[in-house]
Amino acid sequence: MAAATHDALVDMKGVTKRYGGVTALDGVDFTVHAGEAVCLAGENGSGKSTLIKILSGVEQPTAGTISINGTQHTNLNPRVSAAAGVMVIFQDFSLFPNMSVAENIAFSTQLGEHRTLFDLSRARKLAQSVLERIGVDIALDARVESLPVAHKQLVAICRALASEARLIIMDEPTTALTEREVRSLLAIIRKLKEEGVAVLFVSHKLAEVLEVSEKVFVLRNGKKVAEGPAAEFDAASLTRHMTGRDVPEAPPSAVTEGSKTLLDVENLTKVGAFADVSFALKAGEVLGVSGLLGSGRTSLAKALFGLVAPDSGTIRLDGEAFALGDPIAAASAGIGYVPEDRLTEGLFLTQSIARNIAVGRLDAHERRGFLDLGALMSEATDWLTRLKVKAPDPQAPVRSLSGGNQQRVALARWLSRAPRVLVLNGPSVGVDVGSKADIHDIIRDLARSGIGVIVISDDLPELLATCHRILVMKAGRVVDEIAGNSVTEDELAHRLAS
Amino acid sequence: MSATHARTAMTSTPEFRLAVIAVIVFAVMSILSPDRFLSAQNLTSMAFQFPEFAILALAMTITMMTGGIDLSVVGVANLSAVVAAIILTQFAGPDMDVQQSLVWLVIAIAAALTVGAVAGLLNGVLVAWFGLPPILATLGSGLVFTGFAVAMTGGSAVMGFPDVVAWLGNERLVGIPVPLIVFALLALGLHIVLTRTGFGLKATMYGANPLAAFFAAIDINRLLIRVYVTAGMFSSIAGLVIMSRANSAKADYGSSYLLLAVLIAVLGGVNPYGGYGRVIGVVLAVLSMQFLSSGLNMLQVSNFARELIWGALLIFVMVVNTRQGPGLASLFNKTKPTG
Repeated sequence: MAAATHDALVDMKGVTKRYGGVTALDGVDFTVHAGEAVCLAGENGSGKSTLIKILSGVEQPTAGTISINGTQHTNLNPRVSAAAGVMVIFQDFSLFPNMSVAENIAFSTQLGEHRTLFDLSRARKLAQSVLERIGVDIALDARVESLPVAHKQLVAICRALASEARLIIMDEPTTALTEREVRSLLAIIRKLKEEGVAVLFVSHKLAEVLEVSEKVFVLRNGKKVAEGPAAEFDAASLTRHMTGRDVPEAPPSAVTEGSKTLLDVENLTKVGAFADVSFALKAGEVLGVSGLLGSGRTSLAKALFGLVAPDSGTIRLDGEAFALGDPIAAASAGIGYVPEDRLTEGLFLTQSIARNIAVGRLDAHERRGFLDLGALMSEATDWLTRLKVKAPDPQAPVRSLSGGNQQRVALARWLSRAPRVLVLNGPSVGVDVGSKADIHDIIRDLARSGIGVIVISDDLPELLATCHRILVMKAGRVVDEIAGNSVTEDELAHRLAS
Repeated sequence: MSATHARTAMTSTPEFRLAVIAVIVFAVMSILSPDRFLSAQNLTSMAFQFPEFAILALAMTITMMTGGIDLSVVGVANLSAVVAAIILTQFAGPDMDVQQSLVWLVIAIAAALTVGAVAGLLNGVLVAWFGLPPILATLGSGLVFTGFAVAMTGGSAVMGFPDVVAWLGNERLVGIPVPLIVFALLALGLHIVLTRTGFGLKATMYGANPLAAFFAAIDINRLLIRVYVTAGMFSSIAGLVIMSRANSAKADYGSSYLLLAVLIAVLGGVNPYGGYGRVIGVVLAVLSMQFLSSGLNMLQVSNFARELIWGALLIFVMVVNTRQGPGLASLFNKTKPTG
């Protein structure tokens, strides 16, 4: 054991990270050896992004030690970490879209050499050699924004290799890739491993990369809950470890016979985002919208609530069309929208819980120009109780709550307006497992009460646990419609990525 | 929450620190120059002096709550005052009898408030509809307003008002200086607006997170326009007080008040990035600044040195508040207002 940890490329011991009262990582031990591919699995909010941030020097651990190449670092910062060969490829790749492939690949290397001028011919030479090293052919002069997603990812990998990466960390590497693209990525990973480069996959859907991996670590609620050779894991056992649940949640009860159509979307088109989208939503129905990253599902969700102005098409609620591209019109028509990114789009973090709930109904709380603060407070308290939010004090800032409770506050804001249709974009992103199941319960309850719910998600168990129907989007179009109770998770995964 | 916890929460607010600062400045000035600083005459003259820039600081406060700023407050104040002054000199004049001149005073005040509202509307439209950064929009519009005032007056002071005009800036009501009463009413009004109305809460929350406000279906354009119109009207009231005290109006009065208004708002704990601010803090900051200003006056510090001190103080307060300077921040047990 001592020998093994000695030649480890990265060795983290007892790493703990606390943000205020929240423990994001709790005494995690973690090792990666040269030439090894490791899977770091965990649901959103399990602590895996925190672990990447610590490893790349962006965040400092509260406790624990990190060694890279046998050197123990007490104060890792992004520069030290990069110099040691730890490179992170984030989900958005962090490329310069308006620059060429060669420039993108060579940029950081040339910066590191402290040359005054950027040398394009050297850049091209370097880029060419790295592309040959992984055996792919991409035009050196192509602008990165014109490349398909899979090629952008390869450019990002090449950039890391150009900077002499020894460990490449890939955040959610497969969420935007089709099955075929995943296979070619795996071939490249094998090549990198032969050269002694280690790869760390970080994801909540890792079944696809298991075959090239040696080791699997599973995090749940900041703790390491499973660790072992990749051969001992499969999709089912990974899910079980990540969620801590054996039994899948019960699917929703069927929509009441003959319930009427609430929302009617016809030929909705937004050039460059989605095209010709039509569907109907019944009262009491939960409709899932899924698809790979970049399939147009988020733009569509935003368009329903007026955050994105469609170029053509109509949306009718109870048979009545309302102004598109105007969130105020959508909200007053009876549509609610809980955004994907709770922290920047959803909540006013420094403001009180009560204010965050009441903000959608401030006009209704006014009596002769003045707010009825008593009524506002009791309504907020009432919602906190109904959604089982564990909040000691509705006057406390909303940022003092956990992810799951924050999400319930975001939900409460819209529920207090008694919406007819609720659009939930990633309803359980970044919440712990227990809260996730509770939020799914809330969604099923809402549907039973006659609200039409649209769930935008790429979390397959979540879609299966909440939705009556699932629309699959690809390149901006609805390509498939699946009845929620007719498929297994594997079949759904296959139909999403094919 | 334990009692000690509640107490530290109270003592760590910016308002508490300000109260301490105000007391310290008052005490220091009293010790340095006891007979003059504590004289009844000085205390009264302070009470007449500060309301005009304090009202401008209130105007600054409401825009800062939304993460904006209004650099046109002095321009709006002078333009409103010039319009009122022209009405008072053209139609009333010093020889008119009290009753008739009162009518004209009311008309002049209404005209000034209208000018303030229209100027604020322009600022609001630039910020909300055109999406200009408030700092640039109001810097530009402030020059435009001042330019109008210069054009109307040819750059010279407008004077020759009926006697009633002096009442607003120089008289007392039950022993209290009228400008102080005006300021107190406006401060109380703004406090109520910010804490007890949907408009005030929306403005605060927009300042805390503009994107979330958009996603919460708040009518942002309408909100911002109301904020800048309010600021414009507050500015025009300040302009009227200045006009009454000076018994004249001029396009370039009070040019040092802009920096002072920004300084007071920031010193008063208003977060220049938006989302936090309390009127009581601004009031305490006004007092501290007035004590300091009068004290420096008595110690015969030159006016130029005073500008330097205001500027340095503004930077110091910002550094302490943003907590970037660890050494300074630890002097105050302060938590950063935004995440």
